[in-house]
Amino acid sequence: MINSLFLINASGDIFLEKHWKSVVSRSVCDYFLEAKEKALEPEDVPPVIHTPHHYLISIYRDKLFFLSVIQTEVPPLFVIEFLHRVAEMIQDYFGECSETVVKDNMVMVYELLEEMLDNGFPLATESNVLKEMIRPPTILRSVVNTLTGTSNVGDTLPTGQLSTIPWRRAGVKYTNNEAYFDVVEEIDAILDQSGTTVFAEIQGVVEACVKLSGMPDLTLSFMNPRLLDDVSFHPCVRYKRWESERVLSFIPPDGNFTLMTYHVNAQNLVAIPVYVKQSISFFESGSGGRLDVTVGPKQTMGKTVEGVVVTVHLPKTILSINLTATQGSYTYDNGTKLLVWDIGKLNPQKLPNLRGSLSLQAGAPKPEENPSLNIDLKIQQLAISGLKVNRLDMFGEKYKPFKGVKYITKAGKFQVRT
Amino acid sequence: MTDSKYFTTTKKGEIFELKAELNSDKKEKKKEAVKKVIASMTVGKDVSALFPDVVNCMQTDNLELKKLVYLYLMNYAKSQPDMAIMAVNTFVKDCEDANPLIRALAVRTMGCIRVDKITEYLCEPLRKCLKDEDPYVRKTAAVCVAKLHDINAQLVEDQGFLDTLKDLISDSNPMVVANAVAALSEIAESHPNSNLLDLNPQSINKLLTALNECTEWGQIFILDCLANYTPRDDRESQSICERVTPRLSHANSAVVLSAVKVLMKFMEMLPKDLDYYGTLLKKLAPPLVTLLSAEPELQYVALRNINLIVQKRPEILKHEMKVFFVKYNDPIYVKLEKLDIMIRLASQANIAQVLAELKEYATEVDVDFVRKAVRAIGRCAIKVEQSAERCVSTLLDLIQTKVNYVVQEAIVVIKDIFRKYPNKYESVIATLCENLDSLDEPEARAAMIWIVGEYAERIDNADELLESFLEGFHDESTQVQLQLLTAIVKLFLKKPTETQELVQQVLSLATQDSDNPDLRDRGYIYWRLLSTDPVAAKEVVLAEKPLISEETDLIEPTLLEELICHIGTLASVYHKPPSAFVEGSRGVMHKRLPARTGSGESTESPDVGTAAGGSAPEAAPSIIPSQGDLLGDLLNLDMAPPTTSGPPPPTTGMQMGGMDLLGGGLDSLLGGDLGGSPAMGAGFGAAPAVMPASLNAPVGGGLGDLFDLGGGVGMPMGAYIPPKIVWLPAMKAKGLEISGTFARRAGVIQMELILTNKAMSIMTDFAIQFNRNSFGLAPAGPLQVLTPLGPNQTIEVSLPLSTVGPVMKMDPLNNLQVAVKNNIDVFYFSCQYPISMLFVEDGKMERQVFLATWKDIPNDNESQFQIKDCHLNSDAASSKLQGSNIFTIAKRTVEGQDMLYMSIKLSNGIWVLAELRVQAGNPNYTISLKCRAPEVSQCVFQCYEAVLKN
Repeated sequence: MINSLFLINASGDIFLEKHWKSVVSRSVCDYFLEAKEKALEPEDVPPVIHTPHHYLISIYRDKLFFLSVIQTEVPPLFVIEFLHRVAEMIQDYFGECSETVVKDNMVMVYELLEEMLDNGFPLATESNVLKEMIRPPTILRSVVNTLTGTSNVGDTLPTGQLSTIPWRRAGVKYTNNEAYFDVVEEIDAILDQSGTTVFAEIQGVVEACVKLSGMPDLTLSFMNPRLLDDVSFHPCVRYKRWESERVLSFIPPDGNFTLMTYHVNAQNLVAIPVYVKQSISFFESGSGGRLDVTVGPKQTMGKTVEGVVVTVHLPKTILSINLTATQGSYTYDNGTKLLVWDIGKLNPQKLPNLRGSLSLQAGAPKPEENPSLNIDLKIQQLAISGLKVNRLDMFGEKYKPFKGVKYITKAGKFQVRT
Repeated sequence: MTDSKYFTTTKKGEIFELKAELNSDKKEKKKEAVKKVIASMTVGKDVSALFPDVVNCMQTDNLELKKLVYLYLMNYAKSQPDMAIMAVNTFVKDCEDANPLIRALAVRTMGCIRVDKITEYLCEPLRKCLKDEDPYVRKTAAVCVAKLHDINAQLVEDQGFLDTLKDLISDSNPMVVANAVAALSEIAESHPNSNLLDLNPQSINKLLTALNECTEWGQIFILDCLANYTPRDDRESQSICERVTPRLSHANSAVVLSAVKVLMKFMEMLPKDLDYYGTLLKKLAPPLVTLLSAEPELQYVALRNINLIVQKRPEILKHEMKVFFVKYNDPIYVKLEKLDIMIRLASQANIAQVLAELKEYATEVDVDFVRKAVRAIGRCAIKVEQSAERCVSTLLDLIQTKVNYVVQEAIVVIKDIFRKYPNKYESVIATLCENLDSLDEPEARAAMIWIVGEYAERIDNADELLESFLEGFHDESTQVQLQLLTAIVKLFLKKPTETQELVQQVLSLATQDSDNPDLRDRGYIYWRLLSTDPVAAKEVVLAEKPLISEETDLIEPTLLEELICHIGTLASVYHKPPSAFVEGSRGVMHKRLPARTGSGESTESPDVGTAAGGSAPEAAPSIIPSQGDLLGDLLNLDMAPPTTSGPPPPTTGMQMGGMDLLGGGLDSLLGGDLGGSPAMGAGFGAAPAVMPASLNAPVGGGLGDLFDLGGGVGMPMGAYIPPKIVWLPAMKAKGLEISGTFARRAGVIQMELILTNKAMSIMTDFAIQFNRNSFGLAPAGPLQVLTPLGPNQTIEVSLPLSTVGPVMKMDPLNNLQVAVKNNIDVFYFSCQYPISMLFVEDGKMERQVFLATWKDIPNDNESQFQIKDCHLNSDAASSKLQGSNIFTIAKRTVEGQDMLYMSIKLSNGIWVLAELRVQAGNPNYTISLKCRAPEVSQCVFQCYEAVLKN
């Protein structure tokens, strides 16, 4: 099982180590650092590295590497999933996941890691169980603690730990009982030069924020559940009910959680909300080229497309650019050759356009690669797949909760080739 | 206030200050001090000097302080074992605490302190905790057993903890079950044969129940454990599958993948016509696709596993090509994996789409990725015949870009395309030649040289081109040198008049100026061939090459099966069996997919053998290694060395050694042809010419090495020699009685004769002659009867035979008509030789070639025989057969039945493939023989019987 964990920052400094079995010298990280040196980008470091005596499995998140050391055959996905939980736990406890935050809360992070694994076996990874064992820091609590001398460590067994619903603690109490659900859909798409869809799918997720007293038993149903190609659920969802009735029936965890994720990839169903007309061309002579990009709305179901941003990785040989945008503004970083055009809201009457000239470094040949455009966008109050929540019912408690559903569509990996 | 305050130091020195604070009376101050100590520890500072002071803080009611001290203890106890004993009392006391949290904490921490003295004290509390009323304590104790086992395995066994742990599998609490399974699995890893996880239908049922209720991590442990179980029949298998499928919708990808493993394994047992089988196939695709939308690291592991799954069951994802399209901001490791899977899924239906994508990728920025994309285009051409033309034109377009590494990659793959579709796309050679100068990578240079050599007759200036390479011969890598040598020899054989000088130059460079033994040896062999028999040389060097197959880089079926059983593990990421790399896994058991056994179906039915693991030869894909093995194919020397080394038998001596060398060399040269070349299997006429004349060739210094090699053809066990029988009774031959047998000794076929004179007069002037026969057997020398044979005298002679005589098909095939002459008369007799003496020493086929050949030979050529009353086990049989040059290539055990796959090569190059089934306890063997010349099967079978029963 998992032997050790090292936290390493982007420049390669190890700033935390935790061992669940015998201590593994931190020199083992050298193999990883070597691989990191070789990789062009931190994202490109291979996640599984083989060293003579250990395996190093790492993830890169929030500009930090979470590196685990294992010695025996352990399912790598298990380790990777766990590492993501560690990152989420830090995020959850301290509001952000960064080197500074970890360093500022070193002891608590260390205590938390100790609670999460025992001898490399996961012990408590559910956030609400952890929070009962070690209370997250709040300003109020630290003041109280200093005054009264009480500690952040709970001294009774967390209630959720052993029940069949480990994700919920008993005795939750709220004055305002409320349950909110956000249906967030991301469009992953590749469009070719002519605007034809090469590939498109929708990754959807239902995020929930449930603050209900007692042990509520919820049932959420959709108008059109057959739309979903594949679903994966939070452990609280009763799979049998879904199989037979296509409704989500569950006793929710307390607070924020991801209820389900799904994807829709029947291609003709995926509406592409914008179109992009672009031409990036270079003169045969090799001295420069032209760029001309126009973005317009396509299938938006009558909603406004906002937050449109076009990102282009220009070829390395570009010397400078001279562009004009009819809407929004653009920035260009000559170091990374990254052109970012922030458009904002799309106005169907007046399409935003960015055009101008590119000049190449003297003597550089005509670039071979075609830069591709990454599009970012946002549509409020629309789930682009057409998924709609039908109703939410609550059983098991007597009060009347306040309920709300919100839809939002975003661009995921939305790419236009040139 | 943040924890960074713990790192501030004062002038007096940190340790000193901490010591004072730890011994303070105030609880708060103590706690702060311990926190400072822990903070130092987390960043790797050594604070072990504070051990006694920290341990003193242990006895406290404050749980946080206690936990902190425990954290410290776990880290440093090992370095201060004597001090650690001080803590034992507190631990033992805590194990009795009323609060289950504290009991669990104590037993858990104790297990983490790897000090022998402490472990002794641990046993009693642990025993209690394993039976604790609180499940939280029990589940913690279960893990503790694994910890203790890691420290002192013997102690755990002696104390009977393993049995207690096994009992916990039946615990009422699912979390306890999951932890017990996890602990047992970890212990079992270091005890492969301990039978710790003895799974039976009852325990499986318990696990399946716990599966629904335990945490996600527990589900992983249970699923991995389930995967080791082999259901009794298809019904049980289906019911387990039904209960596991809901796990495919779990949010935790590790749970999903472990569930996929169980399903992939148990599916193997389901009959394919079952409705449920189809349903299951359909259910597997969506979760696999969903894994690809997760974080890149998860994607990577998922992709490595999907790679295995699409090789095993391509039907699952055949419609999902698009999800593997590479996104521009995928990390490189994800891109490369996706590309690989795209090629595996490429088919006629989607090839247009795939090619368009690949062409797109070939213009990306990342060099590694671009290279792989170009290579992928070549693989598509080889895999999907209909697309070959389009692929070639795409490659030509890419060559036009003149981007250096693209051009080089393109040339390497075009070479492969030529090998798959000879005489189809050679029109592009001109374009390739234009780029000759820009090639600077060995692989591309070698590929180009191969093309020039192979198509020398169509390239007007082939000699100039090759000569230009020759100038820097010594600076080239071995790969290029070897290729250049072969190419020039080819050129010479095609255009002998203009290139004599060139070939001499390259031969002398290779044999005299090079110190690379491979190069030198190959140089000598060519030299020898060319100088003794140019016709044979032509046959050898310009022989038709086997076509490379589409599935060049498929994982070998047996390995694939094993890897499927290891889905989701490191083995699946590395595509290697765990035994190949997991440290400390002493004698890992090889996992096998279960065989399909329908409830009413008998294991005897041949159909089961085929379905058994997909690796039965019929079902196996044909594989001929192509990438990088070009040279090996051309000159198979590297692949088929003599089987054993050892001193040559005294009788053979130098002369025989010489013959062997060339015999062996030629055979293996021609061996490169197997399967593909029609000339080989067509009939009996194509016997390779073994030239005893070659003994006269000049013996250079380098040849000495070769002789050693050739002379070393020994045999691990004696070949089967039938007893001598009377061939010619005295009555029929005027008093001369001849009895004899045939033997193969040290690679030489010998006829061993006993001549007895039963007449009254002296016999002299013996001579022997054979009629034309099926395998071209002929005496290799005169019959050596030097002294006259007096009345009642007996003489034993052995006559070496060659297989280069005239050929005529006989009936029976192994019939030999012999004429013996003496001073009295000429006598005729006929005898039958065991065909086993024609089995040559290099008849061991490469596994993959075997699979390909087996598949390639039509089923009509298969014949089955029974060998009755043979009481050897499969290993003994295998080694016995090996003695007669019947080589076992692979062995599989299915349902207690051993299947041995064997190959035999006859002296005239005919290959016979065999599958021998041995059932333990059953004296009757079944043997299936496959050969392009099915006539020989009967004789081969007789040999099997003779060899096995003697």
